[in-house]
Amino acid sequence: MFENLDLTKLIFGRLTWDAIPFHDPIILGTFAVVAVGGVAMLAAITRYKLWGYLWNEWFTTIDHKKIGIMYIILGLVMLLRGFADAIMMRLHQAMAFGDATGYLPPHHYDQIFTAHGVIMIFFVAMPLVTGIMNYLIPLQIGTRDVAFPFLNNFSFWMTTGGAVLMMASLFVGEFAKTGWLAYPPLSGILQSPGVGVDYYIWALQIAGVGTLLSGVNLLVTIVKMRAPGMTLMKMPVFTWTSLCTNVLIVAAFPVLTAVLGMLTMDRYLDTAFFTNDLGGNAMMYVNLIWIWGHPEVYILILPVFGIFSEIVATYSRKPLFGYTSMVYATVVITVLSYLVWLHHFFTMGSGASVNSFFGITTMIISIPTGAKIFNWLFTMFRGRIRFDVPMLWTLGFMVTFVIGGMTGVLLAVPPVDFVLHNSLFLIAHFHNVIIGGVLFGLFAGITYWFPKATGYKLDEFWGKMSFWFWLIGFYFAFMPLYVLGLMGVTRRVSHFEDQSLQIWFQIAAFGAVLIAVGIAAFIIQLVVSFKRREALKDETGDPWDGRTLEWSTSSPPPPYNFAFTPQVHDLDAWWQMKQHGFQRPESGFIPIHMPKGTWAGIVLSGISVVCGFALIWHMWLLAGVSFVGLIATAIYHTFDYDRDYYIPAEEVERIEAERTRVLANV
Amino acid sequence: MSDNTMTANTQKAPLEFLVKGDHHPQNGTLLGFWIYLMSDCLIFACLFATYGVLGRSYAGGPTGMELFDLNLIAISTSLLLVSSITYGFAMLQMQANKVKGTMFWLAVTGLLGAGFLGLEVYEFHHLIHAGAGPQTSGFWTAFFALVGTHGLHVFFGIVWLVTLLFQLKKHGLIPANKRRVFCLSMFWHFLDVVWIGVFTFVYLMGVLP
Repeated sequence: MFENLDLTKLIFGRLTWDAIPFHDPIILGTFAVVAVGGVAMLAAITRYKLWGYLWNEWFTTIDHKKIGIMYIILGLVMLLRGFADAIMMRLHQAMAFGDATGYLPPHHYDQIFTAHGVIMIFFVAMPLVTGIMNYLIPLQIGTRDVAFPFLNNFSFWMTTGGAVLMMASLFVGEFAKTGWLAYPPLSGILQSPGVGVDYYIWALQIAGVGTLLSGVNLLVTIVKMRAPGMTLMKMPVFTWTSLCTNVLIVAAFPVLTAVLGMLTMDRYLDTAFFTNDLGGNAMMYVNLIWIWGHPEVYILILPVFGIFSEIVATYSRKPLFGYTSMVYATVVITVLSYLVWLHHFFTMGSGASVNSFFGITTMIISIPTGAKIFNWLFTMFRGRIRFDVPMLWTLGFMVTFVIGGMTGVLLAVPPVDFVLHNSLFLIAHFHNVIIGGVLFGLFAGITYWFPKATGYKLDEFWGKMSFWFWLIGFYFAFMPLYVLGLMGVTRRVSHFEDQSLQIWFQIAAFGAVLIAVGIAAFIIQLVVSFKRREALKDETGDPWDGRTLEWSTSSPPPPYNFAFTPQVHDLDAWWQMKQHGFQRPESGFIPIHMPKGTWAGIVLSGISVVCGFALIWHMWLLAGVSFVGLIATAIYHTFDYDRDYYIPAEEVERIEAERTRVLANV
Repeated sequence: MSDNTMTANTQKAPLEFLVKGDHHPQNGTLLGFWIYLMSDCLIFACLFATYGVLGRSYAGGPTGMELFDLNLIAISTSLLLVSSITYGFAMLQMQANKVKGTMFWLAVTGLLGAGFLGLEVYEFHHLIHAGAGPQTSGFWTAFFALVGTHGLHVFFGIVWLVTLLFQLKKHGLIPANKRRVFCLSMFWHFLDVVWIGVFTFVYLMGVLP
């Protein structure tokens, strides 16, 4: 066997110059822009000597607030990439009719729809949701950090590591051409011999480690670290929905890990899990991945329900209507989300009784969800509603999400699903709930808590622009897809013959352009708000007259969040404190025990990315070395016992005195 | 509604809204590790389910009944089960604050684990030579994935155990180390429980006609 040993192959595996897409002007152009932008950014960081600041204050931080903000930045950056994919598809489909072939060759188009789905779910929605949970949970439950601060940093960097591999696939090699869930046998080694599916696998496995650990972390944080007096039924609703989401993460992501592991073995070791021959079973993959996949959509939507609940209560100036029923509805959805996975493939042919079971469980989920909608409506009823930007997003959500929910119940009827399976009707449905639900909620949440994180509010005008362009753009982009789906157009098609369909695709493309304006307005909003930060400043720490504990501290909160741990007596703890004329203590501060920053998270994640890249390209030597390096570094880190320190009382006193001074001027 | 209760409250003693003095939430490491183990358990659940689906997909190749050697498995199973008992002894020593005794019993546990792994490697080698590799059929794929994943866990358990021996030697039974010994204990017993499942479903039921 040694005579076959080829040193180049051992080191570079299957990576050659052919892997760089020189022949594709679109990718090459993108690469040029990214390279120039990246070099400019690195140069600017060096020029202004920011490396030390970034490394000490951000990259190695274990402060849950900073990690939360980094998650949100990651999600927003990836949103731009995911949306670029989306608008490319919309433009292509609007023109690829009859003799016109559009501007994307089919193999490129296939990569784009796969990348769009993967990015939007794993690297946009997940980081944004995790970021908001990370930022808020400790503040809402009145504690100083999460249960495992180092793991939190590590989780963030693993998620980022996955995103890095995802982006690398654009310029080095290719991405999967299989659709975002990479069903075998198409994703098997026979049908997809290239590196695309391997990029998919390793990007998700690395990011998955981060997601799972962050789930464990936040779960323990909520269970163990709530302020004294905050019993489960006195927790803010957002914390409740986050609790359920993290239960779902812990109980669903291992399934993804396992099923991707099996696909990896099929591709790397030639095993027979999902093959057509040797007794493999491809439908087993489809079952397993949806046992993860269905809870996943609730992982995204539940925290967002929590965000809307907080916003509706605050902007209606009333306690949330039906808090208890809201909690129970959330828990019921959590449990039911495990009993519906088969509705994603009624066409598997599992028979009438199995399909009816899953159809009925699916329809049952709409009951607790409907209860939530009524709770929000009753909260608004006779409230003093302020139509600020977060409330606009909430109202847009309530209308849009109900439409998406109803088309979902339609799809839950197995005979209907046989007609609509894999049609554009399905595409319209899930964008209807993910954009109208998750995304609107994330924008609402970002706008609502932005002053908490930065100390100034977001600009109203550009916020409203963003909202209206998104809302109207959404309807233009996706209502035509319902029509097309009902006419039988299937998803993932890059060229059409029937000219009569073209007008619908053109309307959809127009909608995508409106959404692009909405995204641009959001970015302008960030820039304008930063420029006007003095005028938009919030010095009270409580700009919206909020109800929960995060508003009881300064904006942005000090590293230790609370100088003294709050004592909770009732739901809406901060509201009660305000009603009772709570006075901030101005003396008697004590030293505060805090965790220390660590290099380990970013280093371990960096090695993981190298290892993943080596595995993708079959660079066995590098893969082995980096894997051993990964384990060794992790072990080395466990020899570091010196992980905490005390913020001295004088320092706390100084920070709090500064706040007293600021508050006196308000 | 809440206004009434609030006025009622204000008339009584004023509510205290801050915890004066140092407040430390409970340590969550053991709970966190337990939750991690449960998530790991789900990976095994998937592998068991896969084994259930592919458990008769021999594709004309050899079956488990033909190749499983129950005597060998009986020995390796007893090694692993005894290693759980010796880990229990290590825990008892730790509770008595005896660092030497703890390290001794941990080392014994590690050796038993290594013995188990050695037998597993031997068994895999033997099976592959007998024409039953992971590529042979769906059945053997599922078998190697399930048993191999368990073996991999035992391997990393041993790596962890050795690391812990060095840390015990260096720092003794400080609270951080005690917590680590406790976590590894849960991990080790968890692998035992999984093995009982493997032993029953794969080997015992595998040799049934």
